[in-house]
Amino acid sequence: MFWHLFISGMALGCVYALIALGFVLIYKATEVINFAQGEFMMVGAFVAFSLIHFAHIPFWITVILTLLIMGAFGVLLDRLVMRFLVGEPAFSLVMFTIGLALFLRSVAGMIWSTDTFAFPSPVSGEAIQLGSVAIAPGDMLVVGATAMLVLLLYLFFRFTNLGIALQATSQNQFAAYLMGINVEGMFSVVWALSAMVAAVAGILLAPTLFLHKDMGFIGLKAFPAAVLGGFGSIPGAIVGGLIIGISENLAGGFLPPWVKDIFAYLVLIAVLIVRPEGLFGIHEKKKV
Amino acid sequence: MKFKLKKSYMEDLKLFEYKSDMVGYGVLLVFLFIFPSWAGNYWTYNLTLAGIYCIAALGLNILTGYTGMISLGHAAFFAIGAYTVGYMTTILGHSFWIALPLAGFAAAFVGLSLVLPALRLSGIYLAIVTMGFGFIIDQVILEWPEVTGGANGLLINRPTLGPLSLNSDASYYYVVLVIVILFVLLTKNIVRTSLGRALVAVRDSEVAAQSMGIPLAKVKTQAFVISGFYAGIAGGLFAPLINFIGPDNFTIIESINLIVMIIVGGLASIHGSIFGAIFITLLSEFIRVGKDALPAFLSQQVGFQGAVYGLIIMLFILFEPMGIYGRYLKIKYLFQVFPIYRKDTFRRERKFQKAQRTR
Repeated sequence: MFWHLFISGMALGCVYALIALGFVLIYKATEVINFAQGEFMMVGAFVAFSLIHFAHIPFWITVILTLLIMGAFGVLLDRLVMRFLVGEPAFSLVMFTIGLALFLRSVAGMIWSTDTFAFPSPVSGEAIQLGSVAIAPGDMLVVGATAMLVLLLYLFFRFTNLGIALQATSQNQFAAYLMGINVEGMFSVVWALSAMVAAVAGILLAPTLFLHKDMGFIGLKAFPAAVLGGFGSIPGAIVGGLIIGISENLAGGFLPPWVKDIFAYLVLIAVLIVRPEGLFGIHEKKKV
Repeated sequence: MKFKLKKSYMEDLKLFEYKSDMVGYGVLLVFLFIFPSWAGNYWTYNLTLAGIYCIAALGLNILTGYTGMISLGHAAFFAIGAYTVGYMTTILGHSFWIALPLAGFAAAFVGLSLVLPALRLSGIYLAIVTMGFGFIIDQVILEWPEVTGGANGLLINRPTLGPLSLNSDASYYYVVLVIVILFVLLTKNIVRTSLGRALVAVRDSEVAAQSMGIPLAKVKTQAFVISGFYAGIAGGLFAPLINFIGPDNFTIIESINLIVMIIVGGLASIHGSIFGAIFITLLSEFIRVGKDALPAFLSQQVGFQGAVYGLIIMLFILFEPMGIYGRYLKIKYLFQVFPIYRKDTFRRERKFQKAQRTR
């Protein structure tokens, strides 16, 4: 029972981690806190669903197409809107992305109706027995795909020129600019990247949960994950996501059912009282 | 343009900067007092609702606008106020006039419990914790049916005042109007005295405020408690107005609604809170009227209202971050200095550098 809940919690935690990763990527580079990340995930899942369901494109090609479409979506959003908001107070940016989330959710309701759809799962078959624990193939896929994606992102940030330029931008925009990095271009890249990560999260989540215009609300659960790990830390986002996912699932199994929905926040408040900067966060010294 | 020679510091703290302002506010008061007699029940009801949101928006503006602490869970304080009144009047059978102040104090007391995390956190951390607080209160409402009625909600009757019944919309409107005026005055007094200046100082730079001898913890606690009190009173007035409260009234959407009010109206301004509350409350009416002008395939959509709402938030932040009150000030300034107004007079200074942005 414990290990079963642990494994399925891990799968859920991976989805939280991916959404949290999207927040952190954007936050580090542009200092925008993107409340619409959950909605990006919803749009990504719906795009993939439309491609499979209406255009009858095979699953794996759909994934690539969805990533391209969401990447373009991210770039467009940055070029058309977010670019004009760089340097605004954080509070305005938060409200802007909340407005964006409301807008995307309503428009998605207009395009894809407010029905709940079943998203076809790419893997099927029997659960795999590992000792006494049965692991659903869907959960395996989620965990495996997340690990793959995190590895790819790590390699990207560590070894490619673009990745290093992105790191430089997020550390110090002005110094990066002086080094000849196209800082504004980096903003577009990072928006595209985080929209793509969100799309992956959506494609992974939709088969196990459901496909609905309101599925973006799960993004609100990914916030505690990102904050728990320390906002602005990529490993923190992943660890935070896993902690939230696993502890929430265990709480659902062993505690009264209503605790499950708020458990993420209880964990968060408990951790933040002890460590106000999150698990992996750096305490920034304030300059006067 | 009028220039005023100030001869003492006390002149900065006056309730009205110019004597002539009193005329304008007097006319407004008279207008508000005769409003129900010609506007009809429907608009009176809507303006009452707007008045209640004014109180909550004023409270949120003290916390967010003046002190710079973001709360994404303010609907929770609102809910505590509403349920306190509901529980006291419907289940225990006490008078509304005892329950209403208690609603404020209950919300303020719960606000005090949030202070422990709030003192150590700032910015996004605080926003997420308060959001979580909102979800927790939501869950408590559902799981504590002895007090809150659970998912079934509570029925609440309009109060009576001595022999007078306040059942009609117009009579309840006057109750709310008087309380709104009291709260506007209270806010003005907070803002123009030392507490208000301390709040602004804490917002602008905590370190600088502390070195000027402002006790950070105390001031932040006061901001939270005052803000909770306002929201509690607003909730307490809200419950009898709509007669029925359930968990659906106090979701995160409601918290966002309150923040949108102060953003659209204008941060850190009393006028702004009031403009914002009225504008957002009546927005659905505006949308309903404006719908007829649009082609049917657009206006008949289910999510139309949500989309317009999201769009308004985005457009305001893109084009008028100072809100309705900011726009009003700009237009007023344009006329005051008429021939020499320049486009860049109000241009905002943007801070691109991370080093500049850490306070």
